[in-house]
Amino acid sequence: MSTNDLTISSKKSFKSFLGKVVHNQLFIPLVALLLLVLFNLAADWFLHADTSFFQIVLKPSSTGSKILTGNLITIIDNASELALLAVGMTLVTSAAGGQDISVGATIAIAGSTVLRIVKGYSPDISGGKFAVVIICSFLLCVVVSAAFGAFNGALVAFFKIQPMVATLILFTAGRSIAAWINNNDNISINDERFGYFGNFIPGIAIPTPVFITAICLIIIALVLKFTNLRLYAQSVGINSSSSRLNGINPKIIKLITFIILGICVAVCGFIKVSRTSSITYAVIANNIEMDAILAVALGGNNLGGGKFNMTSSVIGAYVIQFLTTTLFRMKVSSSAISAYKAVVVILLIIMSSPFIRRWLDDRKSRREAARVTKAEAALEAAVEVAGDVAADVTADVNAGKESV
Amino acid sequence: MKKFMKTLLAGALALSMTMGLAACNGSDNKGGDTTQAAPTESKETEEAPATQGGNDGELIKVGIINNDPNESGYRTANVEDMKKVFTEANGYDADFFYSLKNEEQIAAAQKYIQDEVDYLLISAAGTSGWDGVLEQAQKAGIKVILFDRTIDADESLYEASIVSDMAKEGQQAVDWLASQGLDEYKIIHIQGVMGSSAQIGRSGALDEKVAAEANWSIVVQQTADWSEETAQQIVQSVIDSKESFNVIYAENDNMAKGAAAALDKANISHGVGKDVIIIGFDCNTWALEELLAGNWNYDGQCNPFQASYIDDIIKNGVKTKVVIMEEKGFDAKTITQEDVDTYGI
Amino acid sequence: MEDGAVLEMRGICKFFPGVRALENVDFTLREGEIHALMGENGAGKSTLIKVLTGVYPKDAGTVRINGIDRPIHIKSPQDAQNHGIATVYQEITLCPNLTVAENMYIGRTKGPFTNWFRMNRRALKLLDELDIPVNPKEQLGNCSIAVQQMVAIARAVDMECKVLILDEPTSSLDEQEVQKLFKLMRDLKAKGVGIIFVTHFLEQVYEVCDRITVLRDGKLVGEYVIEDLPRVQLVSKMLGKEFDDMADIKSGADVVVSDLNELPVYEAKNLTGTTGIKPFDFEIRKGEVNGFTGLLGSGRSESVRAIFGADRVAGGIVKMNGKRVRITRPLDAMKHGISYLPEDRKNDGIVGDLSVRDNIILALQVMKGFFRPLSRAQAEAFADEYIKLLNIKTASTDTPIKSLSGGNQQKVILARWLLANPVYLILDEPTRGIDVGTKVEIQKLVLKLAAEGKSVTFISSEIDEMVRTCSRLIVMRDGKVVGELKGNDLNQNKIMATIAGGES
Repeated sequence: MSTNDLTISSKKSFKSFLGKVVHNQLFIPLVALLLLVLFNLAADWFLHADTSFFQIVLKPSSTGSKILTGNLITIIDNASELALLAVGMTLVTSAAGGQDISVGATIAIAGSTVLRIVKGYSPDISGGKFAVVIICSFLLCVVVSAAFGAFNGALVAFFKIQPMVATLILFTAGRSIAAWINNNDNISINDERFGYFGNFIPGIAIPTPVFITAICLIIIALVLKFTNLRLYAQSVGINSSSSRLNGINPKIIKLITFIILGICVAVCGFIKVSRTSSITYAVIANNIEMDAILAVALGGNNLGGGKFNMTSSVIGAYVIQFLTTTLFRMKVSSSAISAYKAVVVILLIIMSSPFIRRWLDDRKSRREAARVTKAEAALEAAVEVAGDVAADVTADVNAGKESV
Repeated sequence: MKKFMKTLLAGALALSMTMGLAACNGSDNKGGDTTQAAPTESKETEEAPATQGGNDGELIKVGIINNDPNESGYRTANVEDMKKVFTEANGYDADFFYSLKNEEQIAAAQKYIQDEVDYLLISAAGTSGWDGVLEQAQKAGIKVILFDRTIDADESLYEASIVSDMAKEGQQAVDWLASQGLDEYKIIHIQGVMGSSAQIGRSGALDEKVAAEANWSIVVQQTADWSEETAQQIVQSVIDSKESFNVIYAENDNMAKGAAAALDKANISHGVGKDVIIIGFDCNTWALEELLAGNWNYDGQCNPFQASYIDDIIKNGVKTKVVIMEEKGFDAKTITQEDVDTYGI
Repeated sequence: MEDGAVLEMRGICKFFPGVRALENVDFTLREGEIHALMGENGAGKSTLIKVLTGVYPKDAGTVRINGIDRPIHIKSPQDAQNHGIATVYQEITLCPNLTVAENMYIGRTKGPFTNWFRMNRRALKLLDELDIPVNPKEQLGNCSIAVQQMVAIARAVDMECKVLILDEPTSSLDEQEVQKLFKLMRDLKAKGVGIIFVTHFLEQVYEVCDRITVLRDGKLVGEYVIEDLPRVQLVSKMLGKEFDDMADIKSGADVVVSDLNELPVYEAKNLTGTTGIKPFDFEIRKGEVNGFTGLLGSGRSESVRAIFGADRVAGGIVKMNGKRVRITRPLDAMKHGISYLPEDRKNDGIVGDLSVRDNIILALQVMKGFFRPLSRAQAEAFADEYIKLLNIKTASTDTPIKSLSGGNQQKVILARWLLANPVYLILDEPTRGIDVGTKVEIQKLVLKLAAEGKSVTFISSEIDEMVRTCSRLIVMRDGKVVGELKGNDLNQNKIMATIAGGES
């Protein structure tokens, strides 16, 4: 073994480390996040010399307690719903090999359900009674949207309808159903306690949706850890026929993922209506399904189903909100924001296209080829010096090299 | 990835197909899923005792093309008002069509023309593209009355148009704001869906004023597409970038509500005698209650009750081509519970 | 270029991350010859072919083709076609949702319009010539795998290629169909087409081929004229060692004599499937190896699927160790200790994107239940144990199974079912499409399992494999059990006669 070989192998280990980083699924969303941070730093430097994008301030609120404000808090706060949807969407994508485009409409239904219950109570009721009302409304909204999730799931699992087509039904009808639940009333809840869940609880400095999402994410993490959901969803998504022959019921698994998404949707709907204590059926959570799908894609997950990385999807969701907030700060017209997101989609699709992948792989193997021939030449030279040029010896050397 | 692209393509295809289907549905009368209310409603009218009908027993056949009642509280009130007036008891045989899409509305109008209705009542989703179908109606001897929304078509093509003057609404609000006598006006202007007549009218007055006065300035001008969430995000973003402002001019109540939620979150006081003036439009009951409580400052009415005007024109003939409805603006300082009950929608 | 050569590949190298799939491989194909490309799985046959057909770009080396002076660069499969290189792959790569004729002409029509009538007529003519019994307007997915394979060959033949690559074309064909294919190959050979024939069936190589090139571990072992290379030599070149495996197995074959007084491990009366098989009775005892045999489509796979509950079962009485049980879905069978290695490895066996580890633990995990996942360490330990036990060649336990060679994939599936610790193991074509070495290993494993007291049903389309391993053979024809052979009756001639339905 020559020193030449040693340097090669140390270089190789560095390169393989780099390769691992680049091939990690978290790479794309994290790089996107980094780009956004850099962009905002640059913007701070050139445009907003007086205030920093990243500044977080502790300010007293009207109730006397202090609350945190700043762009970063806004991002984490506003991304709460999206992060939850990304979780559900990732599972659905994995098992069903398609996406649920009805989540926005189902959020409208969930939110409308909550308001239907809450609107009947006057702001004067006691804390205890209020808690009961909230819990009831929340549970009902979970049941309702889980049922709608199950409806979607049943269409996909039992009737073998493509997820996008199956969910198109609720995508079209959902907002009408939401309006129907409340008789088309333009509702506004006066009880300021109802707003706690979408804003701040007095005395706590961090927005409530952040806690709600954190709790849900922890629950999902525990579910993934203590059940076989991940393995089952992935194997159903990759090969449903062989999953079935291994005793998994692919239909039930698909149904379960849709129901989980339904529950995520319920929580989102609850947060959304709590944020403003009102609902506009036609535009609440407008286009959020596209953001959720984008989060899954941005997380590097295959939208055709199969393997998934939940962390990556969740980071994807925060990246999207980061982008949105950045654009708002740049005073980009809010109707133009989707155009910027489209640019992200294009970049993503190009980056993960077979063409680019193959190009990267080719480069890699060509480098390896060059390395091998170089090493071979060096070794052969050494062998020649030894005066032995028999062909089988070269073969021996090759074999020896392989053990390196 | 190949699979992904396939799925994407399939999805796009499916989507476009269903859109196509929805459009077809639209043309054959009762409309797609969004219009479930319509068939049930017309059934109700059919079931109503016909004997009580119009004076000569002959019902006036009207086709009513409106925007989706889910669009806003304004629309809900409007649709309900129309349903209340155009009943068999009142001498009408009415059929309703709802859509937020111009082309679907036009298709529905064509259908009504084939059905030989007597009157075609239209609240158009978009301003253009109506000439052809209105000419057809004229040839067929069908009278057209526009309500709520105007269109870009020759005046001769319709009998009358009953509208809110959005520009006037905006002007009233801006005049009221000017009368507050602030030293400096730093305004967050939250717009509705760009290009809608409400947005154009309500933005116009403010834009003019800002251009004319030195101490009036716009901090940010953004569309929130009538959505409270987006409005909340817009105001939140201004607060986060530490820009100062003292007026929020939101082009409807829901967006004003979203903006107020963002202010509440950041502990910025708003309302009568507070740091930030909040202006909304449409006069939702709950919005007027906010005014009554002093949390908001001004709400401009956008009168959704055109049905009685139309009824009057059909039964008593056209007096003026363009009927502008009376509209009020409410100041938090002077509003009464009675106003809330009368004008809230 | 060498005289008479149609294709010359020199110094071909191809690397995948962490694997040297091909290193300095030379290959020469002459006009009008059938050239066998042999090697164990992972030897580099498939990679060499994929380089030749432009699926993979090569990393080094030159490819020359008759009629072009300079080395050519094959950029894509389309490009390969344009150079007159046509391929029929091991796994069918046609579109099941198109018709037979469309599949034959897809991607080859000129201009934006297609004359459907002419296309169907041409297809019909060609299919008739090749004696392929299928209507060109039939949807391909509705045809049997054998017919699909033949359509793929017809497509390649129609392209008037100079080089025809047949990658395991015979693995899903029965004897008659193989003969038809060989006739076709000889016809093409007479027309001067060079044919590269990749197969695992040694007999077939010696039946049709002129030359053999042997690869091992991505390197060239040598090129031989067929007369100079006896079978034993060929096998030893492929394996890289000198021993007679066939003899090895035979010596262990006469183990299994089971105790007839014991209750059968599995017993079915009047088991009725829903996939076109007649109700049948079946039983297997402890430590017994039995086999199902019959022509393609005789119902042998359908029978074992019915036993496992893989397809809906319509009726029948099933007992295990004398106790009545209900098996209507795979999970029931698994819970009663039945394992099933399916025939179609790619579609029913592997979960392609999942790691080797997840693939190994899958069945055990499902049996343990949804709420009791194995810990990472446990899973890792199981995977390592079985990788070592079955000598699975994989870079790590995290490697996706789809990047393994066919034989190693099969071993992973075997590992999965062994880990489930069954009492009764059904192996449907476990040796299909894998190399000689692994075939032998699997047969040995079957006998070892039987010796340990497990019951095994072993199905193979190679009758000699069945004769070597099974003590009892159930013969099927047209969805019906037509005979049961054991003892002295277990020989090739008797089996053939029973399958054919002579005077058995």
